[in-house]
Amino acid sequence: MNRDTVKREVFVEDKKTKEVAEGLAGAGPRFLVSSSPHVREGVEIRDIMRLVIIALLPATLFSIYLFGVRALLTIAISVGSAVLFEAVWQKAVRKPVMIGNLSAALTGLLLALNLPSASPWWMICIGSLFAIVIAKQLYGGIGYNIFNPALVGRVVLLIAFPVQMTAKWLTPSAWGMNAVTTATPLGRVREALLTNGRIDVHLTRQEVLDLLIGNRAGSLGEVSVILLLIGGVFLIAKKIITWHIPVSFIASVWVLAGVFHLVNPARYADPSFHVITGGLFLGAFFMATDYVTSPIRPVGKLIFGVGCGAITVVIRLFGAYPEGVSFAILLMNAVTPLIDRYTRAAVFGARKVKATAA
Amino acid sequence: MLTAVIALSALALFSSFLLAVVARAFAVPVNPKIEEVEGALPGANCGGCGLPGCSELARRIAEGKADVDACPVGGESVALKLAAIMGKAFEGGAVRKIALVLCNGNDQVAEKRFHYNGVRDCTSAAMLFGGDKACLYGCLGLGTCVGICPFQAMRMLPNGLPAVDPAKCTACGKCVAACPKKIIKLVPIDKRVHILCSSHDKGAKVRKICEVGCIACTKCVKEAPEGAITMHDNLAVVSYDFDIPDAVAACCPMNTIHVRALDGAIERLEEAASVSGGAL
Amino acid sequence: MAGGKFFGGIHPKYHKELASAQSIEQMPLPERLIVHFAQNLGAAPKPVVKKGDAVRKGQVIAEPQGFVSVPLHAPTSGSVQAIDLFPHPVGADMPAAVIVPDGKDEWAPGLNAPRNADGFDAEKIKGIIRDAGLVGMGGAAFPTHVKLSPPKEKPIDLLIVNGAECEPYLASDHRLMIERPAEILEGASLFARALGVQQVIVAIEKNKPEAIEAIRSAIVERRGYSLRALDVVYPQGAERQLIFALTGRRVPAGGLPMDVGVLVQNVGTAFAAYEAVHFGRPLIERVVCVTGRGIARPKNIVAKIGTTFNDAIAFCGGQRGESGKVISGGPMMGVAQYSLEAPITKGTSGIVLLTREEVAQFVSDPCIRCGRCVRVCPMLLNPSALSIFVERLRFDDAEAYHVIDCIECGCCAYVCPSRRPMVHHFRRAKAEIRSKAAKAS
Repeated sequence: MNRDTVKREVFVEDKKTKEVAEGLAGAGPRFLVSSSPHVREGVEIRDIMRLVIIALLPATLFSIYLFGVRALLTIAISVGSAVLFEAVWQKAVRKPVMIGNLSAALTGLLLALNLPSASPWWMICIGSLFAIVIAKQLYGGIGYNIFNPALVGRVVLLIAFPVQMTAKWLTPSAWGMNAVTTATPLGRVREALLTNGRIDVHLTRQEVLDLLIGNRAGSLGEVSVILLLIGGVFLIAKKIITWHIPVSFIASVWVLAGVFHLVNPARYADPSFHVITGGLFLGAFFMATDYVTSPIRPVGKLIFGVGCGAITVVIRLFGAYPEGVSFAILLMNAVTPLIDRYTRAAVFGARKVKATAA
Repeated sequence: MLTAVIALSALALFSSFLLAVVARAFAVPVNPKIEEVEGALPGANCGGCGLPGCSELARRIAEGKADVDACPVGGESVALKLAAIMGKAFEGGAVRKIALVLCNGNDQVAEKRFHYNGVRDCTSAAMLFGGDKACLYGCLGLGTCVGICPFQAMRMLPNGLPAVDPAKCTACGKCVAACPKKIIKLVPIDKRVHILCSSHDKGAKVRKICEVGCIACTKCVKEAPEGAITMHDNLAVVSYDFDIPDAVAACCPMNTIHVRALDGAIERLEEAASVSGGAL
Repeated sequence: MAGGKFFGGIHPKYHKELASAQSIEQMPLPERLIVHFAQNLGAAPKPVVKKGDAVRKGQVIAEPQGFVSVPLHAPTSGSVQAIDLFPHPVGADMPAAVIVPDGKDEWAPGLNAPRNADGFDAEKIKGIIRDAGLVGMGGAAFPTHVKLSPPKEKPIDLLIVNGAECEPYLASDHRLMIERPAEILEGASLFARALGVQQVIVAIEKNKPEAIEAIRSAIVERRGYSLRALDVVYPQGAERQLIFALTGRRVPAGGLPMDVGVLVQNVGTAFAAYEAVHFGRPLIERVVCVTGRGIARPKNIVAKIGTTFNDAIAFCGGQRGESGKVISGGPMMGVAQYSLEAPITKGTSGIVLLTREEVAQFVSDPCIRCGRCVRVCPMLLNPSALSIFVERLRFDDAEAYHVIDCIECGCCAYVCPSRRPMVHHFRRAKAEIRSKAAKAS
C-alpha cells in the first residue's frame, strides 16, 4: 500500500490547514469542520518528553558534579548527536523533521546516563547512531520501534567495546578532579565470586549511604538512587508514567534476589544490595517505562515488570555479565506485543474476556 | 568421531525414508493443470478478478469454471498463455482499459464549503456533510484511491486531483471500488475524448460551485456523432463504444471535455494536466 | 462502584459560567423556520403538507411511519413556502419544510388546553407522548414512546432522570432544573406511571448546586423519588456510565439499559412530557444553550424548532469576530457545522461557538502508545490499538477489539498527545463494519 506517499502529503496539507484556519485571511467566512471532539487537553508529545527530561535533571546534574566536565561533555555529545542523526535521517528520506518533539533529545540523554563518564566521543556517536537510526528510524520512526532505542545503543556499545564499557569506571569525586579507575560494586562482587567462590559483602552504614546517594563508581545515571527515585516519583505524580512497571520490576528483583540469598548467603548478595546497585532504578523508572516498547494495559505492565526483574536477577547471578537490566528490558520489549495481545480487557459490560486473540 | 558420523547418517536416512513414506501415503491428488495455470498468472494477488488470490483463480481456470481472460492484470499476453495451457481458443484484440477519475475540479476551480480537518481518507471525509467540496459529486483529493492501488499506479497531483500512470495501471478495479463518490471508471486506453465531470446538479448550481463542471447545455450531444454522448440526469456521458473526434472537446463552454492520450507517459499527462489544470 | 464513579473519564475545562447564570429567555419568532422531516432516530415521518399550504401552530405536518417514528408539527402558524433539501445539523443535506410565520402564532384547534391527567393510564400517556412527537432531548432523539414500551421480558424497576449535563459549556438542562423543577418531576412521574415503576432517581452533577437545591425542594413530597449528586466527570451523563455510577449495574455490551431493568430520560424530555400530557402541547420548541467564547451574549433561549443557527446567534448578539467552529451540541460530541442556515432540531441541546484559538486541530502523528487513551476510555477499550488498525484498514481486527461498543464520547482524542482523530477513525470503522454486514445479509 502506498501509505508513505499519502502520509507525506498529509503532513504538508495539515500544516496548510492549520495556517489557513488560524489566519482565515481572505478566504471568506469558512468554518473548520472535523469529527468530534472539538476541544483538546493540549498535551503534546514534547510536553511529555520535557517532563521526563526534567525528572532526570537532578540525577544528571549530580552526576556532572560527581564526574566533572567529562560527564557534561558526554551528555552534550550524546544529546547533540542523537538530535542531529534524527534530523539528518528524516530529511534524507523526505519525512517531516520531528526533532521538536524532543524524543531524540531524551534518547540521547538516557544513552549518556548509561555510559561511563570517560567515554570517547566517537563511541558515544556510534551509540547514538545505533539508537536513533537503527533502533528507531529504520523501524518507522517514533511509535513503530520494538526495542528501547537508548538501550539498544548501550548494548551495542557494551558488546562492541567491552573494555571501555566495563573496566573504565571512574570513582566519583568533587567535579571529577580525583578520578581513579575502578570496578563498580557489582563488578567487585563478581570478581570476588570468581576468585574466591564466595562474596564478602557486608555493607557498612557508610557504604549503604554512599550507594544511595551516589558516591560510587558506575555509569553517569546509575549512581544516585535517591535522585532517580525522586525523579521517578515526580513522573508518577504527574501521571506521565504509572507505578506498575517500576514497582513490579524493583519488587521482583528484591524478591528473587532475596530467595537466592536465603538459600545461599555466601554466594548470593543481599537483595537490598541488588536493588540499589547497577542501573536498576534508572532502568525501572526511565527505561522500562518507555511508552512505545512497553505494554499498554496495567496488567500487562505488571507482567512486563516481573519479567524484567526475573531476567535481571538471572543474568546477574548466573550470567556472564555483572549487570542484567539492559538485556532484561530489551528481551521483555520483544515480548511486549504478545503481552498486549493477551491482556486485552473485556469491554465494559461484557460477560467474560474473549479468550481468542486478534 | 566415527560414531557421530554413523549416528547422524543413520538418522538422516531414517528421516528421509519416513518422509518418503508419508508423502506417498498422505498424498493429495492435485490437478497438475492448476500449478501450470498458476505459474502463468502474474501472482500479484490483487483481487482484480474478484477472487481472493491467484491460487483460487488458477484452480477455477484449470477446472474450466473461469475464462482464460479473467485476469485483468495479466491482460492479453497471459490470456493467450492460459489458452495454450488449457487447449482453448482465445481471440485476442480486446482493448486494454485504464482507470480514469471523472472529475476535473481541482483546488483552484472548485469551491469548498469548509476547511476539513481529520483523517486523510476520502471515505472518512465524506462522512462529514459529504466532504468539503461544494460539489457533492466531486473528487475529495485525499488519496484513498492512491493508497489502495496495489501497483502504485496512482499519485496525487499538487492541485488536489489524482493521476493514473498508464504504464502501471492494470484496471484491477480496486480504486473504482474504494472511491466513496464512485467517480472513477475503467475506460478503453485508446479513446481520447473524455467528459471529466460526474455532477448531476442542475447547471445553474454547477456554475456557482465549479468552473469546469458540466452544466448540461447539451452542445456536445449535438456536436458528437449520434448517440456517442447522452444526457443522464443533468450530466453528459460519453459512450466509449463510439469514436468521437477530438474537435468535439472544443464545443464545451465550461472546458469539461478534454482530449487525453491515455496511453502516454505519465510525465506528459501530468504536464498536460498542469497546463489545463486538469485531472488524469 | 456504586459510589458515583465509573471507569476512565476526563476532567475538561467546563466554562459553564458563560451561560449558567442566564435565565431562560423566549426567542421571538424568526422570519422563517426550516423544519426537517427527519428529526428522530428510526423512520422519518412522511410529509402531509405541500408548498403553499397554510398551517396552524401544533398542526401535524408529517405522519409517523411505523412504530419507531413520531409525527412532526408546525412550530407556529403560517404558510409552507417550500419543501427542499437543507443542511441538517447531523451532517448531511435533508428534506425540510420552510414555514414562514404569519406572526399570529395561532394554535391548531384542540391544543394548548390544560387538562387533568390523574386518570390517564399508561397506554393513554404513551399515546399522548407519541402524538406530541416527543423524542429524547439529550441529543439522541430516540422516540420517547418507544423507549417507554420495553418488551415484557425486560421489566423495569428504576427510572433515572438525567440532569447530569456533562458536556462542557452547556447549561440548558441546568437552567431548566432551576426554573422548572416541579414540571420536570411531574413529567418524570408520568414516565414512571407509563412504565409502572416505583423508584425514580434524579441525577445531577455536583457542579450545579442551584439545580440540586431546586430539585431537592421539589422532590420532598414524592415517595420513591431521590436525588443523587454525582462527581463531576465527563461523560457522567452517558447512559451506561450513569447507570453504573448510580447503581453498580453494568449494561451488557451491545445491550440496552432495559437489560438491567433501568430506563434513562433527559430532564428536557420530562419537561416536554409534562407540557404534552397536561396541556396538549406538541414538541415545537425547546431550550437551547447558545454559548461559547465566540458569541457576544451567551443565553439559554427557548427557540422554535426550525430556527436557523443564524437567527439564534443573531438573537444572542451575533458572533464575536470570526469563529473557528460552530457546533450543534457540546464540544465533546457535537457536530461541527459548515452552514449557519442549519436549523435547531428536536435534538439540538446547544450551539457552541469556539474561537479559532480554542479549536482542536487533528494532525495524525504516529501513536506513541502512551496509554492515556486507554486510561480514560469509559468503555475499557484500547483506542490506541483501534486507531492503528483503522489507519491500516484492518477493520476485522477493529471489530474484534470491540470498536462497535465505542460510545464516541471523545475522551481518547481529548487526551491524545499525537493529536490523532480517533473518534473519526472509529466512525469510519463502524461504517465499514455495518456496510459489510449489510452486504453479507
